[in-house]
Parts: sequence; C-alpha cells; structure tokens
Amino acid sequence: MSIDILMPALSPTMEEGTLAKWHVKTGDKVSSGDVIAEIETDKATMEVEAVDEGTVEAILVPEGTEGVKVNAPIARLSGEGAPSPFPLDGGRGGDGGAGKAEPKEAAPGAGANPSPSPEPQRAHPQPNPSPIEGEGRRVFASPLARRLAQQAGIDLSQVKGSGPHGRIVRADVEGLKALPAAAQPSAPKAAARPAAEPREAKSLEQMGIAPGSYDLIPLDGMRKTVARRMADSFRDVPHFPLTIDLEIDRLLEVRARINALLEKDGIKVSVNDIVIKAAANALRRVPEANASYTPDGIAMHHHADVAVAVALEHGLITPIIRSAETKGLAQIAAEAKDLAERARSKKLKPEEFQGGTFTVSNLGMFGIKAFASIINEPQGAILSVGAGEKRPVVRGDQLAIATVMTVTLTCDHRVVDGAIGSRFLAAFKAMVEEPLTMLA
Amino acid sequence: MDFDLVIIGAGPGGYVTAIRASQLGLKTAIVEREALGGICLNWGCIPTKALLKSGEVYEQLGHLADYGLSVEGRSFDFAKVVDRSRKVAKQLSSGVAFLMKKHKIEVVEGTATLEKASPAPKVVVALKAGGSRTITAGNVILATGARARTIPAIGLEPDGERVWTYREALVPKACPKSLVVIGSGAIGIEFASFYRALGADVTVIEALDRILPVEDEEVSAAARKAFERRGLKFRVAAKVSKLSKTKTGVAVALEADGKAETLEAEVAIVAVGIAGNVENLGLEALGVKVDRGHVVIDEHCATGVAGLYAIGDVAGPPWLAHKASHEGVHCVEHIAGLKPNGLNAPIPGCTYAQPQIASVGLTEAAAKAKGLTVKVGRFPFRVNGKAIAAGETEGFVKTVFDGATGALIGAHMIGGEVTEMIQGFALAMTMEATEAELIATVFPHPTMSEAMHEASLDAFGQVLHI
Repeated sequence: MSIDILMPALSPTMEEGTLAKWHVKTGDKVSSGDVIAEIETDKATMEVEAVDEGTVEAILVPEGTEGVKVNAPIARLSGEGAPSPFPLDGGRGGDGGAGKAEPKEAAPGAGANPSPSPEPQRAHPQPNPSPIEGEGRRVFASPLARRLAQQAGIDLSQVKGSGPHGRIVRADVEGLKALPAAAQPSAPKAAARPAAEPREAKSLEQMGIAPGSYDLIPLDGMRKTVARRMADSFRDVPHFPLTIDLEIDRLLEVRARINALLEKDGIKVSVNDIVIKAAANALRRVPEANASYTPDGIAMHHHADVAVAVALEHGLITPIIRSAETKGLAQIAAEAKDLAERARSKKLKPEEFQGGTFTVSNLGMFGIKAFASIINEPQGAILSVGAGEKRPVVRGDQLAIATVMTVTLTCDHRVVDGAIGSRFLAAFKAMVEEPLTMLA
Repeated sequence: MDFDLVIIGAGPGGYVTAIRASQLGLKTAIVEREALGGICLNWGCIPTKALLKSGEVYEQLGHLADYGLSVEGRSFDFAKVVDRSRKVAKQLSSGVAFLMKKHKIEVVEGTATLEKASPAPKVVVALKAGGSRTITAGNVILATGARARTIPAIGLEPDGERVWTYREALVPKACPKSLVVIGSGAIGIEFASFYRALGADVTVIEALDRILPVEDEEVSAAARKAFERRGLKFRVAAKVSKLSKTKTGVAVALEADGKAETLEAEVAIVAVGIAGNVENLGLEALGVKVDRGHVVIDEHCATGVAGLYAIGDVAGPPWLAHKASHEGVHCVEHIAGLKPNGLNAPIPGCTYAQPQIASVGLTEAAAKAKGLTVKVGRFPFRVNGKAIAAGETEGFVKTVFDGATGALIGAHMIGGEVTEMIQGFALAMTMEATEAELIATVFPHPTMSEAMHEASLDAFGQVLHI
C-alpha cells in the first residue's frame, strides 16, 4: 500500500515553497525521523523528516522545483509502517479522532482489499519539529522557539537554552535573531524572495592557506545571523552613501551647559544622545526618510524609533529609543544609558531591540573619521557618525579652526532617493549646528 | 542569627513563600498582624466566592422552570449567607496554620517594623500578646499586601455603615435594597453581581469608557450586556465628584457626558483600586524605593536594600493572589541559590461574576498597539453542545495569536466556568505553544472547553462548528 508524501507547510502563512533537495532516491528505505528532503521558503530552509517507514516508490517533484503548493504530493512511499498518529495540521475533519488511518500491519494481504486507500500522509514533520543534535540527542525547545528558529534559519542545536532544564525558549532565539538588526521577522520584508544561499566559499586550503596555520572558531548563532543579515542587505538593498560635515562647536557648548544644569539630577547627555535627538527631529521634518520599502508599498512610520548600535563582546545589538522625536534629551540620555547597560548584560527584552525605523551607529569614540554602515533592514536609512575633531575650515576666504564631525547616511534607494536623503541631512545639520532649533 | 528567612505578612504571597522556603531547607519565620491567609483567605478571594455561590444558586432557583423543575418559596436568610462565607474563610485560615506547623515555620503574631542591620534588616515585632521581639535573619521578604484605595477628599472612604470597602461589604448586617458601586474592576463587579443576585438595585460607576477596563474590549461589551440583562445599571466615563451621606443612605454626585447627576442609594461600595501596605514598616529609614504606594523591585524581587525583598501586592500590580505566590516562590528560590525561571510567565485574571470572565496575556488592542499583526479567533458558547445542555450559552472564547509566529499571545473568555478553563491557555502560553499545538490538542467532548479549541481553529480559518 503506498502513501503519498505531501508538501508540508512550514508556517501557518506558507502557501508554496521550493523543493530544494532530495536526500533520498527511488528504492531507498526510510524510517521515521530520517531526513528525506529540504524545503525552502522565503523565510527559511527546513529539513523534512519522514513520518512513516517504507521504501521510496517514486519521487514526484524533482529537486529544485519552485512554487510547489502546500499539500501537493511530492513523493510516494510504499508503506510498511504505521502512518503518523500525529496529524498536527488540523487538515482533517473534527470527528473526534475516529478518522485516524489504520495501521497497515492490520492488512498484510492488502492487495485484495478494495477499501479506499488511507488518506495520504503528510510528509510534514511536526509543525515545530524537535531538531536532533549531531549525536542524535533531542534538543529541548519550546514550540515557539522552534518556529522562530525555523523562520530565521537558526540551527537550534547551536542555541543555549535559558528555560527550565536548559530548554530553549523564545527569548533565546529572539536574542540571536535580532542580532545585530532590529528588524522583526514580521516587519515588511524587502520582497518575498527565496532565501538566497550564501555564496559557496572556497576552502581556505584551496585559497592557499595551510591547514594548522590558524584556529577555527565555530560560528555561533549570533555570528551566523550577522553574516546572513548583512550579506542579504548588502547584496539585495540598492544602497548609496551621502556624506556631510557638521560643525559641532555649538553643540559641544550646549551639551556642556545642559550637563552643568542637570548634574544635580545625575543626568549626563552625550554627543550621541544629541545626535539621536537631532536625527529623530529631522525624521519628523522629513518623514520620507523614516520609511520602509515593502512589496505592497512604502511604509511611512508614524514615529522615529531610533535604534542605536551597541557593540557587545562578540557582536552587536541595536536597542531602540521609541518615539525619540517626542522625548527630551534627558530622557533619551537616560534610556540610551539604560539600554546600553542592559544590552551588555544581555538583559534586553525582544521588544526593546526589534522594530526600529532608523539606526544611528557611532564609531567616533574609536577615532573613525567617516564610514558607511550597511542598511539595517527593513529600515530606509542608517546614519554613521564619525569622530568630532578640530579641522581647518574656510570661512569667507579665511582659514579657521572648528570642531567638525563627518556623518554618512546610507540610504535604501528603493525608498530614500538622493534628494530625500539630502533633505534629511540638511535638516539634521541645521539642528546639530544650531541645537536651539531643536526646541522650535 | 535567628532565622535564614523572615517573611512579613502571611497572605497567599507570604505563606506560600514560607512553605517553599521550608522545602528548600531554610529556617523560616512568618510575621502576621491579623489572620493567617491574609486578605485573600479572610477578606478577599475566598469569602467573596462563598457569597457569590450563594447568589448564583439563588439566581438559578429563579430559572428552574428552564430545566423543567420548580420550587416553591424561594428565599434567603442573609445572615446565614454571610455566616457561611465567614466559616469558609475560617476553615481555610486554620488550614494555613496547619501548613505552617507541618513545615516547621514559626508564626509570630504581631506587627513588624524594620531596622537597619546587616546582612538583612532586623525585624522588630510588636507582639499581639504584648511586648516586642527582635528577630534577625539572613533575608527578609516583605509580603504585606495592600488595601482598598480611598479618596477621602471626595468622600470615598469607608465609614463602616453606609460607605463600604470590600471589607465591610463582606460582613453586612443586612442586604441593602439599593447600592452604588464605584469602580468596575473585578472587585466592584463581583460585589455588584452578588448583591444584584439577591435583589438589590445596583448601579456601577466606572471612570473609564467601559466596564472591566483591563479586559478585552469585546469582553467588556459582552459583560455589560449580560449584566444589564440581570438588571445591573452602569454609568461609564463617569467622574465621581462627591460622595456624601444623607439621612437614609448616600448620595453620589457624578458627571458623565458633561451631564451632572446624583445617584442615591442605601449603601455605596468603594472599589477604586488598591494601595500597597508600605507604611509604618520603617522603609523610609532603610532607603527602600517606593513608587506610587508600591515597593520597587528588580527581576528577583530584590528591593536594592541588602537582604530585603518584596513580593505580591506591596510590590505592585497585578494585584492577584497567584501573582504573589509566583513571585514569592521565585524570590525564595533565588535566595536559596537556585536558578528559578524568570517572572515572565503570563498571569491569568478572573472575575467571578455571573457570567464569569477570565483572561490571560494581551488583549487584541494591546497586541496591535505593540505593532504585532494578529490573528484573532472567536467561538460563542451559544453553539457549544455542553453549554446548550447546561443552559449556559452566554459568552464566548476569543484567542489572539501573533500572525508572524503563530504564538498564542492572549486569550479572553466570558461565560460559565471560564475561570476554571483559563489555565489551559495559561499553560499553552507558558509553554510557548503555537497554533499548531493548540490545534493538535484533543479536547474532550462534550465540554465547554471545546470552545477553546474552536476559537484557536477559528483564528486560522479552520473553525468546525460555525
């Protein structure tokens, strides 16, 4: 008796996917739990495990086929084993379980039995399957953690669990997933494109670097996420930089005065806090720069939720000052300090680093003069802030000395055109160079 | 050092914490100024449920014909109804005394104040029996609870006769003929429901624009309809300007929709919130941070003062017994050097009116406000077999899922026995279930809980019985 293996749904929203790879061929024997294929969607690539035992009778959908509809038969198994007792997808009727297919051992002489063949078994593993570690040990993870990992393409066996008995929970996956970017998986994605495979790297050996001449540090979840997100963004987002110089002597004066006044309250405003405030105000003036490209349209964000890049020991994270355009400097300073501290002690809540609309990255403290950050998808732009330093400037026809800071706005050209980016920078420059205008 | 741990307050936060501490091998004492079990057992959760049961049975007697039954001479003896409620409270309080004894926890009867000391503040107890006793311990947990918030400036404070808080409302001499309840949170609604069931003319005043304002908006609306069917009256978006006493009762001056109005009644119940018991404990001298009547705590319930922790109502909302117990257990496990799971488990809330209301997690509006795309499912008890058979077809179950991940993020129920069912959703959320697990779970037939399954199916377009 044969069983059709159906295209599984990897997520509740999945309608079709790509059959990326077959791990079995016709005639192979499979048993429950064997990886038989890899399915790819816009969000993830996932291994499909066999639910039943049997021999592969036919592969119905060849490797590499795109747009395979969920529930379409993809292979046929000659079933010796029992079908899955676990139809998790709810696709069956609700008749109290009486519709479960009979175990096939019950009918060894099934050939003569004209009863209708049992309904096709889905190849899908459990909707949020337990991944198996290398040694075949089960990885304990909550259903939601499994789903999130699957959507983000994170290998759960690399994740350290913080739940009961080391169980991997949502926060563990979100912690990795959101590094370094602030984007949520639900945020408008650039396009519903298949997850592009990272370019196949040649081995170091092929490149002439002798084995043993280096140490190999395994990729942890954060590093993989950084690599994937940055590669995706740099390759797929048509980005360009706009650079401008700002004189910040007045800003430094204002900062000194504010800090003198607020010292008794224990508040210390940094240059970066003022940059955040000015950027948020400029985004309010030029709302077109506070936008995300989505296939359905340009999402114009209501608030300037400014993400601030914070370096961690092994990566970075971008906690968010929400609605920064509505907040005063003291509040921004306090929030930024609190977020940075908690980011370093890994105590941020997911909502505190997911879902920003604009990012500020400052490498001024390292003496970097100018740089252009990679877009933090799905945001429309990211501001890279260099060091403030005394430089010669020309006033009228005279040389003078001013404290100058160079900033670069990297724009997603699909949503922030050159003119928009320039208008943003002009508004930003005006506020930084004359901070009093932030009050206006 | 006298003890490893001293707990101040023997409510559901304190006494549960004491038991867990004893299990963990900590030598523990608990200080209580009034009665073991705290407000919950003596003046809150438990005695109100006893009263409400009397009200519910009495109300049902009025509908016996619906079940093909009849009884003659439906009546009640109010004093006995109240007496039963007191007996229930007493039984449970002595149960706590037994538990303390069983776990070798020393109960110190008296009122505690704290004094600066190391490694934890000293606890000085003015003993009920007279005299005082100073106790030293390695750790001190404040579990002093909370009391009804009063606003004396506009007359919202109990006088023991005509103006009540929950406390007076639990032991009235007679059932008032008319009643104004100020505040439509769980406490206000439960008393309104009880007194209405026994025939009182009850009006509930709510400052916000809907009753039970912490619940999902659809639940608020359905609850109001169900209560109005039972004869309860409401004034929402109403601001009380003055509560004054008249010869025969009380007069409540209020303004709603820009119109001034005065409601007269025999009695008023003040249920406008809760204030933490932070006074006279010596907290100021220790430098404990108190914000709007509540002790500020960190993720392990520590106050920032060495050796001093706070749990439950005194540490802020939600003001629920089970939240206090949960925090207490977490706190004491942390003190004992275990690594307890965080305090982020969702906390369900229940209102035991007729019909009942229960919820856990985010409302639909709150989820949307967080910027989540949501998938919402609903299923009415009107088409649930068990509900029809039991004659409890009021209400519905509503589920809220995160559209991006399929995670269950909220559940809201109104109807018969929903307070007994909400734990299913709480378990699902704590386990971080997605729609797949809820859909795959087999719910027994016929039960009202099938509506929970159907509401989950409905959110994903798979509802069966509609």
